[in-house]
Amino acid sequence: MNTAHPPFSPDAFGPDAMIMKGIDGMNWRLKDYESRGGYAALRKILAERIPPDAIIAEVKKSALRGRGGAGFPTGLKWSFMPRSFPGQKYMVCNSDEGEPGTFKDRDILRYNPHSVIEGMIIGGYATGASVGYNYVHGEIWDIYEQFEGAIAEARAAGYLGPSILGSDFSFELHAFHGWGAYICGEETALLESLEGKRGQPRFKPPFPASYGLYGKPTTINNTETFAAVPWIVAHGGERFLELGRPNNGGTKIFSVSGNVERPGNYEVRLGTPFATLLEMAGGVTKGRRLKAVIPGGSSMPVLPADVMMKTDMDYDSIAKAGSMLGSGAVIVMDDSTCMVKALERLAYFYYEESCGQCTPCREGTGWLYRMVHRIETGRGRPEDLDALTSIADNIQGHTICALGDAAALPVKSFISHFRDEFLHHIEHKRCAVSVAGGYATNPGATLRAAA
Amino acid sequence: MMADKKLNIEIDGRPVEVPHGATVMEAANQLGVYVPHFCYHRKLSIAANCRMCLVQVEKAPKPLPACATPVTDGMKVWTESDYARRAQRGVMEFLLINHPLDCPICDQGGECQLQDLAVGYGGSASRYEEAKRVVPHKPLGPLVAAEEMTRCIHCTRCVRFGQEIAGIMELGMTGRGEHAEIISFVGRSVDSELSGNMIDICPVGALTSKPFRYTARTWELARRKSVSPHCGLGSNLVVQTQHERVMRVLPLENEALNECWLSDKDRFSYEGLNSEERLTRPMLKQGGEWREVDWHVALEYAAHALREIKSADGAGAIGALGSPHATLEELYLLQKIARGLGSDNVDFRLRQSDFAGDGHLSGAPWLGMKVADIGTLDRVLVVGSFLRKDHPLIAHRIRQAAKRGQEVNFLHVAGDDSLIRTANSLIVAPSALPTALAQITRAAAEAKGAKVPSELAAVQASEGVSAIARSLSSGQSVGILLGNSAQHHPRAALLHALAQELAGVLGARFGFLGEAANSVGGYLAGCVPGANGLDAGAMLAAPRKAYLLLGVEPELDCYDPRRAVSAMNEADLVVALTAYRGAVEDYADVLLPIAPYTETSGTFVNTEGRLQGFNGAVRPLGEARPGWKVLRVLGNLLGIDGFEYDKSEMVRDEACPATEIAARLDNRIKGVSLTLPGEAPTLQRVADVPIYFADPIVRRARSLQQTRDARAPQAYMNNAALAGLGLSPGQRVRVRQGAGEAEVELACDDRLADGCVRLAAAHASTSGLGGMFDALTLEPA
Repeated sequence: MNTAHPPFSPDAFGPDAMIMKGIDGMNWRLKDYESRGGYAALRKILAERIPPDAIIAEVKKSALRGRGGAGFPTGLKWSFMPRSFPGQKYMVCNSDEGEPGTFKDRDILRYNPHSVIEGMIIGGYATGASVGYNYVHGEIWDIYEQFEGAIAEARAAGYLGPSILGSDFSFELHAFHGWGAYICGEETALLESLEGKRGQPRFKPPFPASYGLYGKPTTINNTETFAAVPWIVAHGGERFLELGRPNNGGTKIFSVSGNVERPGNYEVRLGTPFATLLEMAGGVTKGRRLKAVIPGGSSMPVLPADVMMKTDMDYDSIAKAGSMLGSGAVIVMDDSTCMVKALERLAYFYYEESCGQCTPCREGTGWLYRMVHRIETGRGRPEDLDALTSIADNIQGHTICALGDAAALPVKSFISHFRDEFLHHIEHKRCAVSVAGGYATNPGATLRAAA
Repeated sequence: MMADKKLNIEIDGRPVEVPHGATVMEAANQLGVYVPHFCYHRKLSIAANCRMCLVQVEKAPKPLPACATPVTDGMKVWTESDYARRAQRGVMEFLLINHPLDCPICDQGGECQLQDLAVGYGGSASRYEEAKRVVPHKPLGPLVAAEEMTRCIHCTRCVRFGQEIAGIMELGMTGRGEHAEIISFVGRSVDSELSGNMIDICPVGALTSKPFRYTARTWELARRKSVSPHCGLGSNLVVQTQHERVMRVLPLENEALNECWLSDKDRFSYEGLNSEERLTRPMLKQGGEWREVDWHVALEYAAHALREIKSADGAGAIGALGSPHATLEELYLLQKIARGLGSDNVDFRLRQSDFAGDGHLSGAPWLGMKVADIGTLDRVLVVGSFLRKDHPLIAHRIRQAAKRGQEVNFLHVAGDDSLIRTANSLIVAPSALPTALAQITRAAAEAKGAKVPSELAAVQASEGVSAIARSLSSGQSVGILLGNSAQHHPRAALLHALAQELAGVLGARFGFLGEAANSVGGYLAGCVPGANGLDAGAMLAAPRKAYLLLGVEPELDCYDPRRAVSAMNEADLVVALTAYRGAVEDYADVLLPIAPYTETSGTFVNTEGRLQGFNGAVRPLGEARPGWKVLRVLGNLLGIDGFEYDKSEMVRDEACPATEIAARLDNRIKGVSLTLPGEAPTLQRVADVPIYFADPIVRRARSLQQTRDARAPQAYMNNAALAGLGLSPGQRVRVRQGAGEAEVELACDDRLADGCVRLAAAHASTSGLGGMFDALTLEPA
């Protein structure tokens, strides 16, 4: 159990925190959650026998959008579950948080696991699923174990199992841990992995709502999405929506990392200006100049500082600015960051994490990485930049899942926004940034082999 | 309702109507529009992983894979637009960057999908200048070579083939991204009875044929259609030849029989055609020494000797035994010679032991339905069949049907994994097989409210039996199939009659899974004894003075090899028409080299009664001659009338006009007593015929002989039976059947019934033993 570290300030996640309100690092247990008003939403549903359709309608009204990266409206997703399907249906929580820069689900599970459990039970109630699985990322084993503890608490208290709180609704929840493959965060790869198979995405259609876990109708939502559900049910969709902006309801936890003074998770209302978020994180390290930000996790396009400083943190504003909110991982880069080096690291990640199933991603990610590596190590050619963009174009939109796009978008955006820096590497075989006069590239650096 | 609805789609400006659920690829195929692809295979599930079939679809934000995109009404698709082509070329570039492009030294060269499509969709030069991936080769056993896995494009056809068609996942993909590799299970070879098909479906040179590789280029080979001489299915073949030598065998697609597949036996047994043991010159044994002689010397000697025996001992002293793998023409002429000499002793049912049905049959026993009909049944009972190994592609059909909901029931003497989703399986001792079938019949009759014959009135059904009966009696379209073991069984006629009763009760169809290529053809050729003749069993039990053998190796092909060999040794004259030397040299007096199926024209009538003629693919080896020609000359030399044939077709038309076949197929049996057998022996033998020992050709196919299925037989018993005898697995034992004995190693198989010792037939190590299902004794060696 993860209780080793000392308590922190109950407003550490920001003044507007809703999911993480009053969280001090120690109060994750059932009694703490209940004292914060936890499981009241579930009790209300069961006591008042609120019809499932009404809950879905409320979630639709809240404009809650999927917090895992795609931003798909949660209420709409729930409504895809076939009502009259006679067999087993499943509710799956995607806690396979593996996107570089993203670490919010880890904190939700660590500090407020019952919000996820309650959200899943409500989701099961709303969609008619009686079994749920939480797929926890393989590299946070202690948190997986802690979550098992939380499930046990909920079960002992009658929130899980047959006839919950004496009602005729039954829901069983199981925790499952992966083994650390990024691809298993893709929802259909997650299902394959959950079924005990090789974690690789399925071709869609059919979508999980009609053919999901073990071929049964399944809804898959992100951890943070589930964590927001009890609040919506308790306070109403309208109020949730009002926390954010139209079509961008509620608060969102942003994982701010990189060159900031206080990296960490900050829960703010959607639509909060980026500048405010940056300020919460203590501003750019040592007062340096902001250079670029990846606003939604490593698979989203990078945006230059000037664009970012004018942008608000919600789905639609960031899309308008040319990127995506994604999972809410804000990677901040100051003017000491070499964009070639940064892209090399990102390209390596996707090369390493491609599942190998479909051609463009399996072959293309390695090609991208090797070319960027060549530029970084002073062996680039001017024509490489157009080739990189063209290769990325040949990957994007041609793959089974979004990992191909995730590999392509950073390459295209880094080159389009910071082309000069790449050209400098190619022409001078050294870097333009870091120290005065730039540091020499490392011609001897060896290619990293994918594990 | 939905399924009936037709959908309209326009592909490249051409409209086409397709059924609901069709994919864009299927619609394109219907129009004859070719969409490039690698992973798509119409017999396999959709993987959509190669991305080569990306096409432009109206209103879609990105190109979509034709193979996996369902047609919607009013859909517009472009397969050759710039947009589609750009996507396809992009994929081709990715496929080629890590491909070694070693076509000049690749065995797939000239028949490679990647090579073909690269011409249309690849660039003439590569933009890729980084290091290429290298993938270690994999040892997969004697049949499939995976020496150049760098060529693999990860289409997973081989993986899906194993999972879906063969029923056993012999290959799988491990590793991620660029490190994804196709491998077998650690240390396991890839040699299930259908593995060779992976070579065909591999679109590149990653999986190649180990026996064939580096022996010829595909464009150097001549192609001849042919028909498999092995199991009763009659798979259609393309025999590929060079310099009058069969270089390899590939499937010829025939949806009604083998579809696009071949069993490994059909595919790789051609190595036996080129065996060192081929008999290439006529030979005479004189003074115990074999001498090569001219054809006329050998034939005149044979004719003279046969005439002498006839005049000394009467025509009844002559017996003729033909192989069920021989052609219709050969079997017909064999019986014509025997009868021309005045002997009715002629048979081709060498592994049959019970001939009580003779005289009670209404026609030639056959499958009782079309092969393709097997897949449409909703209930099946397979009685006494090592189905997977005896009939690999019929097993595949049942496997697929089981996935669609067919309930498959087995009643057998061994519990080998059929790799078929099985509803019920009942394993009994051979002696209990008729009783179990009678019980099923009784239980089914009760369920159906049907009457049963008085012999079955007292039969009690056990739980295992009831489950099978319940399954069968709940079906709408039921089939009962009697396998090889049921046909070899000492009470085969009773099993036949019981199956008929059961079929009657259920309103089911019933039939026989033909063991050999001409198991039906032999009957049509009249190669069975008449009322005054001796059948194969009787001819060996009461030894004849002279035997005329056609493609037979008595020590391996007969129900009771010890008795067969001793009859041969006792005979004054054995004339063997054979393609091979071997043990026949010990007891024969004249060896006449005849051509195997690739070197002669001929006909097989398969288990569903389909007459399939074929021509020779190469010239006969050495001085070997087509069997029908040898028999024709022998007939002439014997002065028998009616041997004036110019062509094998004349023999065929005389033996069995194609139009008469349907009328001559009839499984009905009348007047066989249904009285069930009594006491069983303490220990009884269960003998399978291992897939690669079943006939003379495959026995000499070198690569197949190195597979797991060709290991020397062991004697299997269940644990309790072993313990009861104080024996343990691994121990060597002496097995005795009458005067016959063999020394083998013991092994445990808990799926066997009590009192059973499973010990394969058709192998040299067990050819000293007696009957396949007879009593035996065991003692430590």
